[in-house]
Amino acid sequence: MSHTATAPADFDAAALPQTKVRGYWQSVGYRLRHDPVTLVFALIILAIVLAAVFAPWIAPFDPYKESVIGRLKPFGWRNHILGTDELGRDLLSRIIHGGRISLLMGLVPVLIATLVGGTLGIIAGFAGGRVNTAIMRTTDVFYAFPSVLLAVAISGAMGGGVANGMIALSMVFTPALCRIGETATSQVRNLDFIEAARASGAGRFAIVRYHVLGNVLGPIFIYASSLISVSILLASGLSFLGLGVKPPEPDWGLMLSTLRQSIYVNPWICAMPGAAIFITSICFNLVSDGIRAAMDVRM
Amino acid sequence: MWVTLLRRILYAVPIAFGVSVVCFSLVYLAPGDPLQTVLPADATADMIELIKHEYGFDRPIPVQFGLWLWHVLQGDFGVSISTRRPVIGEVMGSLHNTLVLVSFAVPIAFSIGYTLGAIAGCVPGGWLDRTVTGIAVMGVSLPNYWLGIVLVIVFAVEFMVLPATGMGPQGSAAFSIFSLNDLRYMVLPVFTLSMIPIGIIARTTRAAVAEVRGLDFVTTLRAKGLGEAAVIRHVLKNAMPQVLAVMGLQFGYLMGGSILIETVFTWPGSGFLLAKAIINRDIPVLQGAILLLSLVFVATNLVVDLLQSTIDPRIRRA
Repeated sequence: MSHTATAPADFDAAALPQTKVRGYWQSVGYRLRHDPVTLVFALIILAIVLAAVFAPWIAPFDPYKESVIGRLKPFGWRNHILGTDELGRDLLSRIIHGGRISLLMGLVPVLIATLVGGTLGIIAGFAGGRVNTAIMRTTDVFYAFPSVLLAVAISGAMGGGVANGMIALSMVFTPALCRIGETATSQVRNLDFIEAARASGAGRFAIVRYHVLGNVLGPIFIYASSLISVSILLASGLSFLGLGVKPPEPDWGLMLSTLRQSIYVNPWICAMPGAAIFITSICFNLVSDGIRAAMDVRM
Repeated sequence: MWVTLLRRILYAVPIAFGVSVVCFSLVYLAPGDPLQTVLPADATADMIELIKHEYGFDRPIPVQFGLWLWHVLQGDFGVSISTRRPVIGEVMGSLHNTLVLVSFAVPIAFSIGYTLGAIAGCVPGGWLDRTVTGIAVMGVSLPNYWLGIVLVIVFAVEFMVLPATGMGPQGSAAFSIFSLNDLRYMVLPVFTLSMIPIGIIARTTRAAVAEVRGLDFVTTLRAKGLGEAAVIRHVLKNAMPQVLAVMGLQFGYLMGGSILIETVFTWPGSGFLLAKAIINRDIPVLQGAILLLSLVFVATNLVVDLLQSTIDPRIRRA
């Protein structure tokens, strides 16, 4: 009996129904393209980001131009679509410009925390032993603080400001990403293919680079994307407490805080910067959920 | 059981120690000389020398930390720069006011969140499930201080049915939870505060219930003829440890995270105290409030750990 399977003479591979074989990223892309909800909210994010980047060209008015007679005017007053703030500045222009700092303070800390926390987590998970204990017990300490409290404590002690706020938020998110990285890495570490790579003489760095990273980056990336909306909320919270930008710089959290004094004059004007925060944060949340579903990672 | 108890408590000790290290180093994060941050602005040269020696600023940092910890363990957190009163009294008083808010918000938030999540988990995929998921996403995306402002606009400015800010008409000292008029001041802050955890608790409960419902033992229960109500009771009980963990975290977040909401409602709690301390650059108060709040958080996690291992013996063996 022959062990080599030979195709019948009349076999024609091209005649078989074609089944497309997709790679992992292709199938992720395919799932994302067929997820209208995620796409729509991703487009809104794109619009918000573009509006912030091109703010000087898009904003209808100068966001710093004050007017004594035009304070706290209602929606649509003299072409001011969202009215004017407590110093007579155009609210829509300020919200568009405010997106720059607010988005920056939301995105940069997540980026820093992903790099630092992810690296620490992979090191802890891969090295194991004492290194793992040292890194993970330190993370445990930072976990013992409620996140808002830690952010306020660090940036408050450092004296506020945008840079300090970003440092504080990075420190808040780093332990969480470190934990995700550590869990994912220690799950992969003892699998057979790592053992095989080690047996075939691959160095530690090569194993991490070629065999661990590919399996670990997914969870880290997804968790990081879910943190963006948290970061935006916390960042504008810091500005709201006066720990972010200094006036007259426009920022959503700070605008909400200064406009709050005027709720008895023109209440709904005062709620607008918060609506900007809410819309941005909900869009990032839904897109992050969509990416998670598409990448099919269980957390 | 006692071994578990002891082990968990022992595990919390190094965490609490680490927390105090972080709080101690806050003084060194502050720009300028750390001595300046604990001194009143008009201190005399004698006083500076005295405090310098008292706090040990003329000694190495580990010794300083030891001295500081020694003071803290005796309940001495230093003196507030802005009010000149001992920090411990200020923080304890404000912690009490926060606890008043949280103890009303927690039962509301936890019961609503849990009920929504449990129902959605038992009927996955239906309109109710989708509604709960929607509420959960809204809940985690909502800037709660903004929600507070919007509620003030609606109920205090537009309809004028509830007071906008403050803790009772005569301030926090005369506040009583048995006075109906005082309670009106709590409605908006409590409602705002309880909105934060509802979404997260609903989402966790839903996931936990849905997961347990898919386990083999549930099929076995059905196979031996148990009614749906009894099955659900088993499912809920098995989903409880996961839900409890999140509830504990949320309780801690409410205690520590109420800073923004207390600022919106000028509620004289620990968060409001923190916000004031930041504006006045009152580092001793900042340090004391953060240390005590984090210790509350650590203690909460400890209690949750113990509750979990009481409910689920499997956790105890792990």
